[in-house]
Amino acid sequence: MSLENFLVVAAIIFAIGLYGAITKQNAIAVLMSLELMFNAVNISAVAMSRYIVPVSIAQNPQTGADQAVQFLLTGQVFTVFIITVAAAEVALGLAIVLSIFRQRASIFVSDAAELKN
Amino acid sequence: MLGQGTEASLLADIVFWVIAVSSIIAALAVVLLKDLFRAALFLIVSFLGVAGMFVLLRAEFLAVVQVLVYVGAISVLIIFAILMTRDVEEGSPANKFRLPMAIFSALFAAVAIYVAVSTNWNTLELAIASGAIAEETTAKITEVYSNTIPWIGRLLLRDFVLAFEVASVVLLAALIGALALIRER
Repeated sequence: MSLENFLVVAAIIFAIGLYGAITKQNAIAVLMSLELMFNAVNISAVAMSRYIVPVSIAQNPQTGADQAVQFLLTGQVFTVFIITVAAAEVALGLAIVLSIFRQRASIFVSDAAELKN
Repeated sequence: MLGQGTEASLLADIVFWVIAVSSIIAALAVVLLKDLFRAALFLIVSFLGVAGMFVLLRAEFLAVVQVLVYVGAISVLIIFAILMTRDVEEGSPANKFRLPMAIFSALFAAVAIYVAVSTNWNTLELAIASGAIAEETTAKITEVYSNTIPWIGRLLLRDFVLAFEVASVVLLAALIGALALIRER
């Protein structure tokens, strides 16, 4: 169990989500694939925060212990914000999908193409 | 050195591989299954796997948040949306980009894995072993990882307080926007 293991798993899940987000026609399936990609990014952010030496320590080894560990958990805080934005995004996305579904009785992304060309 | 009990033990490795393989298989099922409802159930399995990985990374707070927000709220929202739109659309067919996109995704994964494996990461374990980090700092790092929640709270409410407040405004705007979009006219 090392940094590389977590990054490899995150890369695989991100690639799977990328494949789903581009190839799916159903808008809800596209949103589900987007959630997979968010999760992969979260894994790699937390793994980086866990295993990599923070800049505050790496560039200045003589800093006091309190200042050195102050930003140790920044990756986890970033992940909290990513989860917040993902929750807002999926709520709005599903609301848009449902209102498109009401207007034209279809949730295929290829049916909502007025802006094409 | 860091967080003994979860690292450097065979059991943790076995748990990691079980979680990793099951969440990758669940992610594959999400994009490959025709039945959207089953895909949503596999999405929940994948979310739980990611929560398990957060526990292995000593991010217990994030594991709890992941279970509450993703497994508890987002998947329920997705399942509701699937059930409300189910009578018209059956399944989720793939479009014409299927084969090129499969190749592109495999290439992307290969490049990302190559970069992750071949990069010479400056990891904490190596730095501690080579003595680049002072004893005092090492002790402090171990103390931080023994209970991370106060440190996350300190970062959120002191160093990232502006982002914290903006996040609350984003959530409020999303809530109002979703209500306005979904309202009967």
